[in-house]
Amino acid sequence: MALSGLEIYKLLPKTNCKKCGFPTCLAFAMQLAAKKVSLDKCPDVTEDAKRALESAAQPPIKLITIGKGDEKLEIGNETVLFRHEEKFYHPTGIGFLLEDTSSEQDLRKALEEIKKLDFERVGQRIKANIIALSCKSKDASKFEAALKVILQGTNLPVALMSDEPPIMEKALEISKDKNPLIYRATSANFKEMAKLSKAFKAPLVASAPTLEELEGLVKNLNAEGVQDIVLDTGEKGIAEKLWDFTQIRRLALKKAFRPFGYPVIAFTKSEEPFQETAEASTYVAKYAGIVVLKNRNPWSTLPILTLRQNIYTDPQKPLQVEAKIYEIGKVSDKSPVLVTTNFSLTYYTVEAEVESSKVPSYIVSCDSEGMSVLTAWAAEKFTAETITKTLKRLGVKDKVSHKEVVIPGYVAVLSGKLEEESGWKVTVGPREASGIPSFLKNLGK
Amino acid sequence: METSKQNWTGKISVATIGATDKEGGTRSSQVTVGGETTLPYLFKEGDIPNAPVIAMEVLDIEPTDWPDALKKPFGDSLKDPVKWAVKCVEEYKAPLISVKLIGTHPDFGNKSAADSGKLIKDILQAVKVPLIILGSGDDEKDNVVLAKASEVSKGERCLIGDATEKNYKTLTASCLADGHNIIGESPIDINIAKQVNILISEMGFPLDRIVINPTIGALGYGMEYAYSIMERARNAALIGDKMLAMPFICLVGQEAWRAKEAKAPSSEHPEWGDEYSRGVLWEIETAVSVLVAGADILVMRHPKAIEEAKKYIDNLMRR
Repeated sequence: MALSGLEIYKLLPKTNCKKCGFPTCLAFAMQLAAKKVSLDKCPDVTEDAKRALESAAQPPIKLITIGKGDEKLEIGNETVLFRHEEKFYHPTGIGFLLEDTSSEQDLRKALEEIKKLDFERVGQRIKANIIALSCKSKDASKFEAALKVILQGTNLPVALMSDEPPIMEKALEISKDKNPLIYRATSANFKEMAKLSKAFKAPLVASAPTLEELEGLVKNLNAEGVQDIVLDTGEKGIAEKLWDFTQIRRLALKKAFRPFGYPVIAFTKSEEPFQETAEASTYVAKYAGIVVLKNRNPWSTLPILTLRQNIYTDPQKPLQVEAKIYEIGKVSDKSPVLVTTNFSLTYYTVEAEVESSKVPSYIVSCDSEGMSVLTAWAAEKFTAETITKTLKRLGVKDKVSHKEVVIPGYVAVLSGKLEEESGWKVTVGPREASGIPSFLKNLGK
Repeated sequence: METSKQNWTGKISVATIGATDKEGGTRSSQVTVGGETTLPYLFKEGDIPNAPVIAMEVLDIEPTDWPDALKKPFGDSLKDPVKWAVKCVEEYKAPLISVKLIGTHPDFGNKSAADSGKLIKDILQAVKVPLIILGSGDDEKDNVVLAKASEVSKGERCLIGDATEKNYKTLTASCLADGHNIIGESPIDINIAKQVNILISEMGFPLDRIVINPTIGALGYGMEYAYSIMERARNAALIGDKMLAMPFICLVGQEAWRAKEAKAPSSEHPEWGDEYSRGVLWEIETAVSVLVAGADILVMRHPKAIEEAKKYIDNLMRR
């Protein structure tokens, strides 16, 4: 929790030496509380005071890293309850549950399927993030064997699932380089699991069926020296999970309640893919740092990944593409020129339809500050003037031998003015992108 | 231990759609929505007296841009709106039918107000569940078409829309005269949403007969804009803003089935997997996203998507 100026003052040397550039230690403390200066300006601060101040400066929800390298998963460090208040920062890690009772062949097949859960959407890559391996067999050697298959077959981070510390220890020994997530510490095994978490420097899930018990468990883990924690409230109904996750997020943010200052993990209860997707998506929208799924069909995973992308988009900064000339297909100087805005969704929708038309074309994306066609037009970011400027700036006339440009049907009203301003012949295209293929096929006929 | 409970003072208004003979109508049932005194599904903080309800969508013309997976469950009934409505109620047990008079639009057939009036009458005869009646979005045409629809369904307490900031007077007057509920539409803008409700209520229209259409986008196609508008409006309503404290109606089906992910054949996108499940799930998932944000009425299309969304709502409502 952030400290007040007076609380910080108590930790300072109180010598008023002015070396920090402020007249008194109190004045310096006030500036520190307002986060306007940093503590290193004080040459005489004690190590104890440093530690106390650093922990107070921690974010209300700790950032937890699982895995290593390019595929590492970072969760937590969120600052708001609703995306409109600011934005959500670290997209929910989408995980898939595998069991050590499956044959090696089945595990390999599952990994192949998970590898394919990797899509491109409006210019962003959206994909699976973590594999959760459950020790269903309760047999250390089986768990180890399955884990080896996983470690060989994927670079994705791994969550190790066993309540037995000796089994966990063996699994950690072979996966320690991968910074796996340990699932899980409970009231029954927390001492041993805490030891493992510290020894292997691996983050640990604290799991308890109620918030009260979870608070106690986290405090116990903290007392054992564990700081990298992910919270779990066990299997229950969707509304109950929503309540738990909302409480955890609110207490961490509004009351700086340290025991809940960690990201949460959710496992779906539903087996059936439609219901599981719906359940998982609810947790993605409402605060889960990780959601672990049982089904791994592309059609049941794509909607979750898409929903995550939507929810985690910065509400103040819509996704944009670079304002430039895009060449779709094998274009020539005869190819049609279509103009649209630089809002990602708009651009990629147009691009997909131009591609499917199989008519090689140029798409000129105008800087509309990330607004869609109609919004940009209403805000005067997509006008005869701005389109003319863009055509000039990008040197579109050097790309083609004609002087004809296609504008979106929604801004048909611009055509006269645009012809006047730019000197290009304007053709009004369809209102919806879905009309582009037939439009392009008939163009010039 | 510590908890963090909000003391909400506001309450979402309760709207009732449909009038039985007791209320002077001919419906066999009523649908009641709204009344929440808490954020979506946080039962420990307040009450959610009415579960969200799913209306099935019927168009007044045969749909031309529906993929086969969506057409199949309805078969030939798509050619006849009355049969289509009957199928929704009898076979798919729809508690509410939403008739969209898209065929009255000058670009989609320009059907007359008289034709629409007759269709509404016929549907009211053929099915006994309450009705939602939606115009085509062409202001001029809606003013005559919806006035007629309102008149022929007088006393049935339908939900009719949409009234917009620029075009609300005619519809408000009709709904007031004929005893209907009204939908206030705003283009993903919380201030306009509020403004429309103020304008409607200034004509003497009771607040508990207004429903908000925040104009949603499909999953992956701008869903997050309406999602956040809905969350903002619901938060404002719960701290006491009466001009935003209305139930939400979300046109899930029409948006979801425009998405490429719902429509594209597997041959075009083999990496997306099974075509049928993908389309159905895109509609379910669009429903999920607005339910989490507080939707009260969903207008949906595919019977399987509706069945699954209903199951999910039942799960959400289990406390």
